[in-house]
Amino acid sequence: MANNAKKKLTPVQQEYKRMATAREPARPVVKNCIRAFFVGGLICILGQAITDMFVYWGGFDREKAANPTVAVLIILSVFLTALGVYDKMAQWAGAGTAVPVTGFANSMASAAIESRSEGLVLGVGGKMFTLAGPVIVFGTIAAFVVGIVHFLINQSGAGGGH
Amino acid sequence: MIYLWAFIIGGVICILGQICFDVIKLTPAHTMTLLVVLGAVLDGLGLYEPLIKFAGAGATVPITSFGNALVHGALKELERDGWIGVITGIFKVTSAGISAAIIFSFFAALVAKPKG
Repeated sequence: MANNAKKKLTPVQQEYKRMATAREPARPVVKNCIRAFFVGGLICILGQAITDMFVYWGGFDREKAANPTVAVLIILSVFLTALGVYDKMAQWAGAGTAVPVTGFANSMASAAIESRSEGLVLGVGGKMFTLAGPVIVFGTIAAFVVGIVHFLINQSGAGGGH
Repeated sequence: MIYLWAFIIGGVICILGQICFDVIKLTPAHTMTLLVVLGAVLDGLGLYEPLIKFAGAGATVPITSFGNALVHGALKELERDGWIGVITGIFKVTSAGISAAIIFSFFAALVAKPKG
């Protein structure tokens, strides 16, 4: 992909691109990773606490409690996004807030809020999935392929893991 | 003890995401997509379930679990209903997450003002 794009550039543009990449400030990878680790880990601890609450008071078993936990985290995340807090956290924590499901909900909520001025249907309805759309599409395709592969393995009598 | 492992495994998955951002220079959309597909493939190989047993929310909270849940629904219905189950089952498990995200994002958009 990158090579294809390079071929279309004139020599001057290529020169510029080389110069731009060389002068791009180096990203503090280690610092970012440490922040992502701590914030991501803390969100998972919060998730574990919510799971345990559903197990003790909600009568869910451990496996089933994962679903309502995700729902609660998503509600929290949308709430914080509406207040503008989540995006401030995201600037500091990078992938630490983006990778947990809360980041998925944040991407939907912030896209919806920002597109409100474009109308309810085309703005909120249409733009909500700008980032979440690819995730859902490719997740579904991957799940479909995995399902078909399992089906074929079971058909051929080799026996699958499930 | 599960809290410690939830912290560590969840944190490590976030580091993976951060490396995709900073080192491979992927966009957030590409990174999330990659992680979801990774979760789906791991569950297809039967590896994600043991990770959940081991790390609890450390494995169920990151977006990889979304891929895992999609595959899980598909495989469960595949077992019960045959091949059509792959289609009917995909969103069974993830319904809570997707529904909650759509519903609350919509109402948030009605109430909240965009922030800088």
